[in-house]
Amino acid sequence: MSKRENASRDLEARSNVGGEMVRSEAPSELLRELVAHLRQNRTLLREEWVMRIAETRLLTAMTKEEIFAEATSVYDSYVEALETEAFEALQAYARNLSERIIPRGVETHEVVGIVLLLRDVLARSLFAKYQTDFKKLNRILDAYEPAANRIANTVAVGFVQERERVIRQQQEAIRELSTPVLQVRERLLILPIIGVIDPQRARQLTEQLLRGIRTNRAKVVVIDITGVAAMDVTVANHLVQTVEASRLLGATVIVTGLSPEIAQTLVTIGVDLGKMNTVGDLQGGIEQAERLLGYKVVTLAETR
Amino acid sequence: MEVPILKQGEVLIATFQAALSDADLEHLRRGLVQQVVKFRSRGVIVDVTAMDVMDSFASRTLREIAHMIRLRGAETVIVGIQPEVAFAMVQLGLTLEDVATALDLEEGLAYLIEKFKNID
Repeated sequence: MSKRENASRDLEARSNVGGEMVRSEAPSELLRELVAHLRQNRTLLREEWVMRIAETRLLTAMTKEEIFAEATSVYDSYVEALETEAFEALQAYARNLSERIIPRGVETHEVVGIVLLLRDVLARSLFAKYQTDFKKLNRILDAYEPAANRIANTVAVGFVQERERVIRQQQEAIRELSTPVLQVRERLLILPIIGVIDPQRARQLTEQLLRGIRTNRAKVVVIDITGVAAMDVTVANHLVQTVEASRLLGATVIVTGLSPEIAQTLVTIGVDLGKMNTVGDLQGGIEQAERLLGYKVVTLAETR
Repeated sequence: MEVPILKQGEVLIATFQAALSDADLEHLRRGLVQQVVKFRSRGVIVDVTAMDVMDSFASRTLREIAHMIRLRGAETVIVGIQPEVAFAMVQLGLTLEDVATALDLEEGLAYLIEKFKNID
């Protein structure tokens, strides 16, 4: 081989590294060859992959058998996605997989980790297969890498989306649970508030209360904030606004269980005490509400 | 669009049909304040159930109506403010101070009848 020939071959090889395709072989053909290779060595590569997963201590929340079963279906979906270049099926599978494994405490880095491991295992097998033909290896990798990266991306995004969906759902559930508007008597509602109130929760409390006043036709509402240790100025202002808005709907609000800190906050923002009806504890609040509604509680002994 | 004013016993009822222009509101104020003495009414109910926006002019006019009618010897109650409207009003500082409010027409009538009883 002359020096000149060598140089030109080097040049060609380098240009391939840069991503240029040789016209004679379309990337789709290369992909087909690649897929055939992966199908042929399915058992071997899958085992190698599962071994690597165990080595790197990923998916520790799952048993060996489970990992193997999942690995098989991931492997097959992976090869299929490479072959068809259609990512919808893989996306659906990733979502489905996430749904199953998120409750078991599998973390994002594990899912991304195993997909990247598979990518590496497959790339290694390609190196091994084409080690004698450097040019071909380059072209195969050109076809393989973008597809593999896209697959890793798809799986990771699918997993994260599923997680976010679960988180959103739970947030919604917590929020719903944390603001019960309860009817204790005809036309009397209580709204016990427990925990920290942030502006978002405050807004939701108001919405639910005003809607509750309308649907239950309430005349008196007792808001009990015994379970709220402190509130900032914004939320305190919001509370005052809620009281005023309730009045516009024709309902009287009684606030009970103000802690010294909250009393301090309300005094600091200069609340108009004429508008704010407060009673020390929930019992006192309900008693006053009953008086406003014209109820009188008597023991059976008194009626005799 | 003008607001019809209905007479029901001792009470006048004005029901807003839709969002009103400033001119309509002033027209309503004039009408109510005149008729409350003409019909010897003891109470006025303004029903705003159909209003999904309450601006500062509307809110101020409602308050003026209530105060003028009190000076003319009758009670006013505003009924049917929507929850969202109520909160929006409060945030804008339009709280209709010293104006009676009630959930709906039925509640407003009950409020007035109770009030008449106390006076009698």
